[in-house]
Order: sequence, then structure tokens, then C-alpha cells
Amino acid sequence: MRRSRAERPVAHDPLAPALEARDLSVSYGGRVALRDVTFALEAGRRLAVVGPNGAGKSTLLRVAAGLLSAASGTLLVHGHAPREHVCVAYVPQRSDVDWRFPLCVADVVLMGRTGRLGPLRRPGRADRQLARAAMERVGLDSLAARQIGELSGGEQQKMFIARALAQEAEIVLLDEPLAGLDVPATTDVLALLGTLERATLVVALHDLAVAAASFDLVLLVRQRMIRFGRPADAFEPDALEEAYGSSVPMARTADGRLVVPDDDCVKEDR
Amino acid sequence: MTALGGLLAPLRHAFMVRALIASVLVGGLCSVVGAFVVLRSMAFLGDAIAHSVLPGIATGMLVAGRGDRRSLFWWALGTSILVALGIGWVSRRGRIREQTAIGIVFAGTFALGIALLSRVRGFAIDLVHVLFGNVLGVSSGDLILIAAFGAGVLLLVALFYKELLVVSFDRTHAATLRLPVSVYESLTLILVAVTVVVSLQVVGLALTLALLVAPPTTALLFVRRVPRVMGVGAAIGAASGIAGLYLSYYLDVASGAAIVLVAIAFFLLALLATSYRKTARRRSRA
Repeated sequence: MRRSRAERPVAHDPLAPALEARDLSVSYGGRVALRDVTFALEAGRRLAVVGPNGAGKSTLLRVAAGLLSAASGTLLVHGHAPREHVCVAYVPQRSDVDWRFPLCVADVVLMGRTGRLGPLRRPGRADRQLARAAMERVGLDSLAARQIGELSGGEQQKMFIARALAQEAEIVLLDEPLAGLDVPATTDVLALLGTLERATLVVALHDLAVAAASFDLVLLVRQRMIRFGRPADAFEPDALEEAYGSSVPMARTADGRLVVPDDDCVKEDR
Repeated sequence: MTALGGLLAPLRHAFMVRALIASVLVGGLCSVVGAFVVLRSMAFLGDAIAHSVLPGIATGMLVAGRGDRRSLFWWALGTSILVALGIGWVSRRGRIREQTAIGIVFAGTFALGIALLSRVRGFAIDLVHVLFGNVLGVSSGDLILIAAFGAGVLLLVALFYKELLVVSFDRTHAATLRLPVSVYESLTLILVAVTVVVSLQVVGLALTLALLVAPPTTALLFVRRVPRVMGVGAAIGAASGIAGLYLSYYLDVASGAAIVLVAIAFFLLALLATSYRKTARRRSRA
């Protein structure tokens, strides 16, 4: 079992990017799920990974989390293999969670401390304080004793972000955090993500408009990397057609805006 | 006979006192370990581990003889742990659906057990005791084994509680915390296996599942935190053990079945009470 001792997390290489992929290819269930991915992400930047369903967005997140291995090429977190870090937090899709589990919000947030504590040690006062601070930061402190099954979608997402903060994560990977959220909750969660200045964010999204409006960088994928760059540069008609196919109707308006009426999202392009 | 007299009368028999102690210990233990079985929705897996004990016991009988109960215990323990690890390994491979893999191991080991047991003379009586328990035959030595292994299981649950909980709730998160997930998953299965073997004399392998699943599920209707589910579940399990034994004493029915029926009755009553409370609340709101 590969495992870094929680007491001695691997030292970050100060010269290496927070996340760096080189010719990364990943197989999943016997077929290539993602190939030819090369990009570098500096610490503190926010990256949206976008593409159609089954494009390999979750796969990329799972490799960065150290849950899947690369078939070829490399993906490094602060210069080291993802499995050597405890500073990478993975926020699952809400649909992957058993919400009937008898836990309250504080229980789940405190779970973020487990890796740092190591076996046989119980969370102490410092751990509880970190958990409480994390809940305050995401605005859930008043719901600490609330049963997880009684939370709204937005609150569920915030709870997992608080768990990542309690984990003292420096890289936070979020898999479709906005799926199934209504407009106020989406705005809320995006605003919260905006306040996590020190963390490097990698977010799988299917909404191009949100990606363009709220993220520094985007990675467009469809089983392979299509574009990496600032949203304005990456979301070109050719690239979008490559990702979504020619069946996606696109139209250029008089003022140069590119309209993509897919998943009711509209994005801008020069 | 007064009510108190009715409660005290069975205690004149030493075997009843031993049976009561064994039932309380097993009822409590099953509920604590059963909380993980319920929360991880692995009831079928638990049942498969329980039935896989049979070939171990049968081999023990063939090798050491029917009367050597101590060595039967070790045979059962060894087999159940082996099968628990085997099922865990097969289900991690991912080539066969987990439920299918469990079904094949379940049926295969059980058939092997019956086949081996059919070579032992007096096979029918042994089979009944193994399947449905023989709590009235618990000896002081058995009690010590039950207490020792029960305490061992509870100690492991206490020591690794936070890891077992994280792995049960969100194994992906556990993996990013760099916990050895498969080690803790195997530990959970081993705890279930040891609990099944410890419970063998009280309820038998065919009915252990009920004691693993019913009390924690009943507790879940009332309390919504894991430690409380374990605590309330253990109380319900122990109470089922006591009430079941008295029922079996006065109604002259099989003790293992009586204990399980009481545990199920607690569950049905709790279900009725909570759904009544819910409708009443809904009505008062309307």
C-alpha cells in the first residue's frame, strides 16, 4: 500500500507548478479515457475542466487526486506524485454520496482531519477548532449539528468545501459542484469558491458560460486535450466544434459574440 | 407465580444464567459491528460470511471430532476470516459484479460445508446446532471465548473508529487522505467474520444476520449519529437476547429463533411508532 505518513507530508517543490501534466494518458476500464493532456497550473489559479459528458473530466480529477494512475505520461502535484500528498482534496459529485448516513455537518467536516491525525489518535481541540473555523468560513456554522440529509444542495456542496479546508488542502478538486443546483445556490457556491484565494482549484464543469465568467483558465477536453488557456482564447469556434461536434449550433452575433445554445449556456468570444 | 418469580425461576438453572450472559454479550456485540453492516449496505455480504463458516466447522469435526468444541471454534474462526478476505479480494477485482461474486462464494462454501458435514456421523443434530445455535449448551469456557473475542472486536472498533467511519462514508475521500482503504475494508470484513463466529452458539449462522442488521436499523429510526446508533443498537440487541431467552424458556421454542423474533418485533414496533409519529406531525402541521 503506497502511503505517505500523515505526520511527514512530502515537501513541495517550490519551483514546480501546483499541477503539471505532461503527455498524460489514462485508461479506465480497459479503454483510453483521456490522452495527450499537457498543461501547467500555477498555485492559486482556478481551472475549469469542460467538455461533453464522458469527455474524461472526472478521470482527470481522479488522477490528480491520486485515485487513478496514468497509463503513460505524468501528472505531478507540486513536483511529486499525487499519492504522496495529503494536501489534495477531492469533492465528490453530490449524487455519489449516501445522504442517509447518520452524520451531522460537524462530523463530516471533522473527517477532513483524519489523514493528518494518523491512526489511533482522536481529534483534539485544535482539530475541532480548525473544523469550526472551516464551517464559519463557508457559512455553515449555524448548521453544524444539522443532519447531512437535511441540507440543501448548496449547503451540501459547502460542507464538502469546509471538509477540504479542514483537511488544509492546497489543491481542491471539485467534480461538477454546480450540478443540480438552482441559480441562487450556484451563485452562492461560485462566490465561496472565489474567496478561496490561496487554494488551487480544479473544477469539472459542463457549463461553458460559468467557466468563461468565473475561471482564470479552462481545459477543453473530449477524451483528449483540445485546448488549454484563458477562456477567451480557448473557446474558439473550431475548438468548441471539436469538443461538442458540429451538431452544436453556434452563431456569431453582430457584435462578435459567439452564441452556443447548448445546456442553455452563452459564452463570449472575440 | 408472581412476575418477579417468573423472572427469577429460570435463573435457578446454571445453564440459563450462562445462556443469558452469552445472549447479552452477543446481542450487544452484533449491534455494534452490525452498524457498519447496515451503514455500508452489506447485509448480503454479512450473510455470506456467516454461511461460509460451515465448511470450517465441518472440517473441524472431521479432523478433531465432533466433541472438541474448542477446536471447532478455531476452525470456524479461521475459515470465516479467510472467506471474508477472499470475498473482499474478489469484489475489488471488479470483473464480476460484487453481488454475483458474493452469491457464488455464499452458495459454494455452504454446499461444501454440507457435503463435508454429511461425512460426519450424527450429522443432522450438528447441522441444526450450527445453523440455529445452541445457547442452552454454552459452557463457562465458551463464555470466556465469547467475552474475550467480543472485547477484542470492540477494542478494534474503538481504536480505528474514525478510520472505519471515513472509509464507510466516503472511500474516495479516505483515499485522498491517504488512508490504506483496502486494509480498513478488510478489517471491517474480519470484524464481521469474528462476530459471526462468536455468535454461532447463541443464534447460529443462519440467524446471525438478523442480529447484525435488525438492532442497528431499529436504532437508526430514533437516533441519527453513528455512536448513538451503536449504543442504542447494542441495548436493543442485549434486550432482545434477554427477552428471547425468557420467551424460549416459557413457550418452549428454539432460543436462537426466539431472540431473533424479539429483535424483529422491536424493529416492527419502532417502525410503526415512528411512522405514526410522522403522520401525526404532518397532521398537526396541516
